[in-house]
Amino acid sequence: MSNNIVSRLKRKKIVDVVATGKRMDGRELLQYRDLEIKTNFLAKSEGSAEVKLGKTHVVVGVKIGIGHPFEDTPDAGVMMVNAEYTPVAHPTWEPGPPPKDAIELARVVDRGLRAAEIIDMSKLGLISGVKVQMIFVDLYVLNYDGNLIDACSAGALAALTTTEAPEYKVSKKGEIKKTDKTEKLKLRAHPLAVTVCKIGDSLIVDPTYDEEEVKDGRITITVDENGNLNAIQKRGPVGFTLDEIKKCINIASEKSAEIKAIALAGE
Amino acid sequence: MSKTTKKKTTKRKTSKKKWTRVDGRKPDELRPIHIESGVIPNADGSAYIEMGRNKIIAGVYGPREMHPKRFSKPNMGILRCRYHMAPFSVDPRRSPAPSRRDKEISMVMTDAIEPALFLERYPRSVIDVFVEIIEADGGTRCASINAAAVALADAGIPMKDLVSSCASGKYEGNLILDLGDYEDKNGESDVPVAYLPKNDQVTLLQMEGIMTQDETEKCIELAIEGCKQIYEIQKEALKKKYGMVEATEETEEAPEEEEPVEEAEEE
Repeated sequence: MSNNIVSRLKRKKIVDVVATGKRMDGRELLQYRDLEIKTNFLAKSEGSAEVKLGKTHVVVGVKIGIGHPFEDTPDAGVMMVNAEYTPVAHPTWEPGPPPKDAIELARVVDRGLRAAEIIDMSKLGLISGVKVQMIFVDLYVLNYDGNLIDACSAGALAALTTTEAPEYKVSKKGEIKKTDKTEKLKLRAHPLAVTVCKIGDSLIVDPTYDEEEVKDGRITITVDENGNLNAIQKRGPVGFTLDEIKKCINIASEKSAEIKAIALAGE
Repeated sequence: MSKTTKKKTTKRKTSKKKWTRVDGRKPDELRPIHIESGVIPNADGSAYIEMGRNKIIAGVYGPREMHPKRFSKPNMGILRCRYHMAPFSVDPRRSPAPSRRDKEISMVMTDAIEPALFLERYPRSVIDVFVEIIEADGGTRCASINAAAVALADAGIPMKDLVSSCASGKYEGNLILDLGDYEDKNGESDVPVAYLPKNDQVTLLQMEGIMTQDETEKCIELAIEGCKQIYEIQKEALKKKYGMVEATEETEEAPEEEEPVEEAEEE
């Protein structure tokens, strides 16, 4: 983060322009860049989505397999969200273990899905305590130009809504066979994350890379289709007043409906 | 997690005369808190906190030279928090290697505490805050922040304010303050908050669960009230140590043998 340099001139310009209620690329403060989502474009994964949010480009793949359940939930399936910062996506990203921000990205997207209880995990058990279905959601960043959380959250939702889950049969001997039949994954909720950034005294949505570098802090709020909140995450070395937090929640509720319409278009 | 929630609510509904919390507390009552400062002789500052059955120790080293040097900033210091759970702090035993959760909490803790410091005073330096969870009982990240703030003050590092932290949440339909382990795991939602009382700013805000917008806002307000109570306890803990040094200084003339002890305490 700190070794990514945005020049002081540009920094000042961004702050000044935002203070007048405009953005460097001509957008309004609360306007998203063009969002394009293509679903089911990969044959080998059960669900997939390609998200283009301005120049930010993310591919989300959903794979379903068989694995061991956790000790405390022998009959519940397992969902895992992982984020990959690929070195092709940005000059400062390197191959190697995931950086802290990638861990946070995966955990924030995961928290939104999990808290909304998007999938009924109790229906994914196969053999109690031995085998359950595993759902892997992999967030693959191919080009980074800011606002990864929102892009990945929309991508994960779009990919999960179009996932064709294979049907498994358990024989009396305890053998698990994958049948040719598939069934659409049943989702119980449609949570979507919206990130609101604070630059000076202004609140903006969908920051570009430069705006993210300049921002003071951000709050990510995940909202479901009923307007309930599922997850919040505040970042940045800055405080928010209660009023600002309430404003952020209002913005997120409004924007999530707008983005959700695009994310669910492929359903 | 969802499974246990269901089991619990059905069992409890039958005996629903007057709602009480699992441990008999009032909805807006904190668990007993005990904070002691200056508990690690080697550290520049330290604090031990018991918040309910949480047992957490925090130590501060620095400001000191940053290693590796390439991570240092030429214009300001860096705050580096490390949250770590002992393998025996939870059941079942956990691996001592830092988990993804630990890394995320370390990040949000840093963000929560940094607004209280004057990092621009320490170019090329680092302030290390190490937090070890010896026993976990729900709300460890909040208790850690409370201990870390006292430890930083104990280290003599100038601060704009202490950082106080406390969670609120929803359990069986009621909004409650300072969730215990059981309420945390089986409740509907959890909202950890950190707060700078003098600036009236929220520096840590997370949320997980399902709540309406109104409930979430009420929860944040409830947590802020809790933080204000904790703030007083933190101040007491510091006064207990440094108030004592002052008192002995006044009676300095009387017993001469005690002098070396006093000097040690003063440091």
